[in-house]
Amino acid sequence: MDYFDIFISILGSAIRLSIPLLFTALAGLFSERAGIFDIGLEGKMLASAFAAACVAYWTGNAWFGLIGGIGVSIAFSFMHGFASITNRGNQIVSGVALNFVAAGLTIVLGQAWFRQGGRTGQVPPEGRFSSITLPGADMVRDVPIIGPLYANVISGNNILTYIAFLMVPISWWVLYRTRFGLRLRAVGENPGAVDTAGISVAWMRYRALIVAGFLCGFAGTYLSIAQSAAFINNMSAGKGYIALAALIFAKWKPVPVMLACLLFGFLDAFANFMQGKSLPLIGEVPVQIFQALPYILTCVLLAGFIGTARPPKAGGVPYTKER
Amino acid sequence: MSTVSVPLPAWINYGLIPLLNLILAFFFSGLVVWGIGENPFEALQLLLIGALGRGEGIGFTLFYTTSFIFTGLSVAVAIHAGLFNIGSEGQAYLGGLGAALVALAMDSYVPWYVTMPFAVIGAALFGAACAAIPAWLQAKRGSHIVITTIMFNFIVSSLMNYVLVRVLIVPGKMAPETRTFLPGGQLPKLDWLIAMFGGKIGAAPLNFSFLIALIMCFLVWVLIWRTKLGYEMRTLGISPTAASYAGIRYSKIVMITMLISGGLAGMMALNPVMGASARLQIEFVGGAGFVGIAVSLMGRNHPAGIVLAALLFGILYQGGAELSFDMPSITRDMIVVIQGMVILFAGALEYMLRPAVVRLYQQLTGK
Repeated sequence: MDYFDIFISILGSAIRLSIPLLFTALAGLFSERAGIFDIGLEGKMLASAFAAACVAYWTGNAWFGLIGGIGVSIAFSFMHGFASITNRGNQIVSGVALNFVAAGLTIVLGQAWFRQGGRTGQVPPEGRFSSITLPGADMVRDVPIIGPLYANVISGNNILTYIAFLMVPISWWVLYRTRFGLRLRAVGENPGAVDTAGISVAWMRYRALIVAGFLCGFAGTYLSIAQSAAFINNMSAGKGYIALAALIFAKWKPVPVMLACLLFGFLDAFANFMQGKSLPLIGEVPVQIFQALPYILTCVLLAGFIGTARPPKAGGVPYTKER
Repeated sequence: MSTVSVPLPAWINYGLIPLLNLILAFFFSGLVVWGIGENPFEALQLLLIGALGRGEGIGFTLFYTTSFIFTGLSVAVAIHAGLFNIGSEGQAYLGGLGAALVALAMDSYVPWYVTMPFAVIGAALFGAACAAIPAWLQAKRGSHIVITTIMFNFIVSSLMNYVLVRVLIVPGKMAPETRTFLPGGQLPKLDWLIAMFGGKIGAAPLNFSFLIALIMCFLVWVLIWRTKLGYEMRTLGISPTAASYAGIRYSKIVMITMLISGGLAGMMALNPVMGASARLQIEFVGGAGFVGIAVSLMGRNHPAGIVLAALLFGILYQGGAELSFDMPSITRDMIVVIQGMVILFAGALEYMLRPAVVRLYQQLTGK
């Protein structure tokens, strides 16, 4: 296999690995831009993966699975909102709590319902999102360079992948070109001003969390019934935190979020590829370096060595109308 | 009328409200148990018997309690200075490396009581080292400590993975762990403590680090409420601007607080590494760092409260393990759900019941 083929295969797997990150990071974008820190992304992803797998297993319909995943994810968003908006609790504590609830509940319920050590049953093929071959993929396969790129990287993904990339311009448009987006960004920067203008800060933040739950539902669904065919214990495996890192790395902006997710997905794919292989001159590089790299890069960025990451000003602060 | 500013007596603030929150958490956990078709009261009974019924059970309960006291103190010290250290998990993990290196270096030459102080220092130093970079980033560059400590949990996890798989592994063995420490690198069991109450410790790994944990509780109490440094930390936690007007240096206090916090988390490693398994194993922390968050919240960041909350979680961990034997449809992960509920109700929703309690209190006292 020559280097180009290897590159194509790594690129393909990078895209597959970055999709859950992309949905989750966009979810985080909406809630953090509205001033709600969302450590609970990991838990939402896990819970929605479980729900999607259960519904798809019972109904044999992938779209019902998606709806189930989104529903549960939004329910978690409401819990987060109830704690951190209505009751003005600590947003980070609430997120940590939801992560625990999701991690425990998925296994407890999975064991009670399926009795396979926390796994759900194998989802039938029609209950999954299978890959789509784009028109002309087979025809251009033999064209050098563009052919394999189109046939193996752009074509042959499942529908959620295309939705993920579609969500990037949509998110940008919603955040920067609609009244909703302007107000959403405003509650994240200066909720007092939004309140003065007669708009409910709480309801605005709730709506941001609903959008976040909606997007996170896609991420979980992708994990359990697009990338695999069942829910497995703790299958999000820290992806929610990587997405959070990607969101910060992208400085809370939609298009950079996509690039950061692709970068982190690529690192993941490259680490898988490098397992047990050695590089010329350097020798064998420990895969753990690639695993840690997204987090190290984010810390370096946060330290202000790669530009400055300026979070939404009112992030993490519960809004109190008056004392 | 707003109820936020109404003062309540201490027994309501520190006794009644946490208790009500705890009851709510257990109520919802009970709903989950009921939802999967088991009897919650029977489950609770089995859990309590498993945790406290026999000497061995108590030994295991106190073993878990020990770990949670350390991580709870770690989170609490940081919270007093207004810092949320979510990285106790990683700091404890790296602390294990410090303790293990000391044990590996000294165990064949000296008895355990000579190794122990060095191991305590080693564990604390490594734990503190893990907290140092996030602390510096917070103090000097203004990076949010929550984010950086989360990142460091993962960085440490990768690092330890590398160290155990590539460096410290016993040649020819498959399991990523160090060799077993000789008795000179192990902490003795506290069988006499259980025997004092007429029980048998059995296989329970309750060990000397339990006493270290209790000493640390006292030292943390002295630090926070009886020293100048503790006063400065609390000032910073309550109002950074007031602290700055009073001439308290922000970056210095942040650094010192986080180093102490990381050190306490690192010491947690003494318990499982030198006290129980006598070797450094992969993923030995097993979430104790995150339990520390719950423990600190439950215990209202006070050492006495932390001991009680750690004991509660110790009971949950040990009882939960026993429960999963007796009721196979309830897995061990039920305790993770309970833990989540406790963090939710005692932490994030801690003020939910306050307005209602205030109104009731006002009616009863006639004010």
